[in-house]
Amino acid sequence: MTDTTSGQPADTARASELGAVARFLKATELDTRMLGMVGALLVIWVGIHILSGGLFLTPRNLWNLSVQTSSVAIMATGMVLVIVMRNIDLSVGSVEGVIGMVMGVAQAEFLIRVIGFQVGNPWIWIIALAAGVVLGLAIGALQGFIIAYLEVPAFIVTLGGLLIWRGMAWLMTSGRTVAPLDTTFQLMGGGPRGSIGATASWIVGGLACLAVAFMLLNGRSQRKRFKFPLRPVWAESLLGVVACAAILGAVWVANSYPWPIGIVRQYAQRNGITVPDGGLFIAHGIAIPVLMAVTVGIVMTFITRRTRFGRYVFAIGGNPEAAELAGINTRWVTMKVFMIMGVLAAISAAIASARLNASTNALGTLDELLVIAAAVIGGTSLAGGSGTVLGAMLGALLMQSLQSGMVLLGIDSPLQSIVVGAVLVVAVWLDTVYRKRV
Amino acid sequence: MANNTAPTGTPLIDMRNISIAFGGIRAVDDASIDLFPGEVVALLGHNGAGKSTLIKILSGAYKRDAGQIFVNGEEASISNPRDAKKYGIETIYQTLALADNVDAAANLFLGRELMTGWGTLDDVAMEAEARKVMGRLNPRFQRFKEPVIKLSGGQRQSVAIARAILFNARILIMDEPTAALGPQETAQVGELVRQLKADGIGIFLISHDIHDVFELADRVCVMKNGQVVGTARTSDVTQDEVLGMIILGKCPPGAIPGPGALKIAA
Repeated sequence: MTDTTSGQPADTARASELGAVARFLKATELDTRMLGMVGALLVIWVGIHILSGGLFLTPRNLWNLSVQTSSVAIMATGMVLVIVMRNIDLSVGSVEGVIGMVMGVAQAEFLIRVIGFQVGNPWIWIIALAAGVVLGLAIGALQGFIIAYLEVPAFIVTLGGLLIWRGMAWLMTSGRTVAPLDTTFQLMGGGPRGSIGATASWIVGGLACLAVAFMLLNGRSQRKRFKFPLRPVWAESLLGVVACAAILGAVWVANSYPWPIGIVRQYAQRNGITVPDGGLFIAHGIAIPVLMAVTVGIVMTFITRRTRFGRYVFAIGGNPEAAELAGINTRWVTMKVFMIMGVLAAISAAIASARLNASTNALGTLDELLVIAAAVIGGTSLAGGSGTVLGAMLGALLMQSLQSGMVLLGIDSPLQSIVVGAVLVVAVWLDTVYRKRV
Repeated sequence: MANNTAPTGTPLIDMRNISIAFGGIRAVDDASIDLFPGEVVALLGHNGAGKSTLIKILSGAYKRDAGQIFVNGEEASISNPRDAKKYGIETIYQTLALADNVDAAANLFLGRELMTGWGTLDDVAMEAEARKVMGRLNPRFQRFKEPVIKLSGGQRQSVAIARAILFNARILIMDEPTAALGPQETAQVGELVRQLKADGIGIFLISHDIHDVFELADRVCVMKNGQVVGTARTSDVTQDEVLGMIILGKCPPGAIPGPGALKIAA
């Protein structure tokens, strides 16, 4: 206990020498790289908003952006673990494709024609989704086993997977597109029906704010228990207020985007409501795929930060030999990481195919590159050992913002690719500079 | 320990007729070595003499091809680092074997994390333990939140040592513990070795520094080309004689010859 008492005066002495910004960062313990990413995102948003004449920062566009980001963001959280362990997974887009195909065939054909379920049976979407998740787990386990135990480099195994699973997706139906999907399954794709509405969205937002407050208080009491230095009260409160404002702001945006007139009219007719003269305002609220992505993000953050498994993933990435000598079963951890990646690819496949309301053998093509780019832009180092789930999700949002922004600006698709490619390289270069200076 | 008789009682560690080969090379060839409680045994030899390999067999990093290991007189099966730790064998590796990207507490508890009742990592408790043990080794150490890659050589060394003593080791293996240290830190390690010895811990010390060895060790064991040249009490041999063992493989009268001893006298 002598070190805490002797440490505090030294800390305050040092703090007084720092500038206002540095003092602020020290007090709040915020990650400057993460702040930089949020800043870059805001610059891109405002820039495109101005260039497009006010089309970008509208509830409708932001809502769409959130839905479009979900699928890549979910896979990016798993790619963080893969890259942190000094591996790579090039097969996620193809895995997504084959799983989408399996889920599509299961719900639209197999369960109905072969097993004899009635169309609309609630078991259909559950069985289809479960089959997809199990398949994702199995594919991940197979690839992970070859990488960890047979010692074939991940680059090669997943490059093979990229070709194999895409080929399998085609073989399933000889290239035919499977549609339409189960109506409940479709909810995972978003849209007016696939959103939870205004009231539920406010409830979710409120619960999230309570969770933030609880986590801040809990962290504080834990530190108190062992008499560790505490963050100043103003810094804790500021963090809480900013986080809650961001959450409630996002809910407000989602609740400001009304259903299209046509759908409102159908809905009114079906429920016997007369539409008033000014039209009826029914809000979308948070889309289901976005909720799924946020849930995945929270679960994956928990896994990386609070579980033994997550600690091992980072330790192995930092020094594989040391991890082995510490008695960690590095092979099994590697295999588990790829299994998680497979499950996440299955969830993404569900969202992507539900959004299309169809399973095509091209589903997820080139997604592996978007996913890797999102993770890397989000601060995951390809040298291994560092990366965050939140960063990767922000990276996915940043890439999607650029892409849909350029669509709004009417930029040709070849030029879009050029911009996205350049942004990826510049972002990683900036990150390298940052790492050298800190 | 000024008497000339060999220590009596049950050895803490008794490695008998250990062999291991990598490809065609016999890195360790029929080597036997023992260690008693409260004793420091130094392992000496050229680079590539097989001392690190022998010790890595004990710590579970390598799997031996032949031979037996006895811990407290009972045969032990050690086939991975976890097994070794179960027998109270802790190792400070030459490379330190730290995960550079995580903080000191995470390194101290790597593979043996403290968990909360919910089955999650108890980082706060681990940091508290880390503060305690580091306070003993290096009282000025304050950088608990930073990844160990940002620490100085001496600080990294103290993290590696802290990890070894944190779990009440009975047998400590130190592979070149002072190679990366300045004179003051080297003296600190020496002090620590004496302290641990007094607690009844047995220590294998691998070192190139023959002065260090004579200052700290009770016995020396010299290896050459994977074989044991001989074992001697440091009080029975001179530094020059030990150098002769290392360089020529010549076993002096004060030492018990091993299979690797030069066979001209016979």
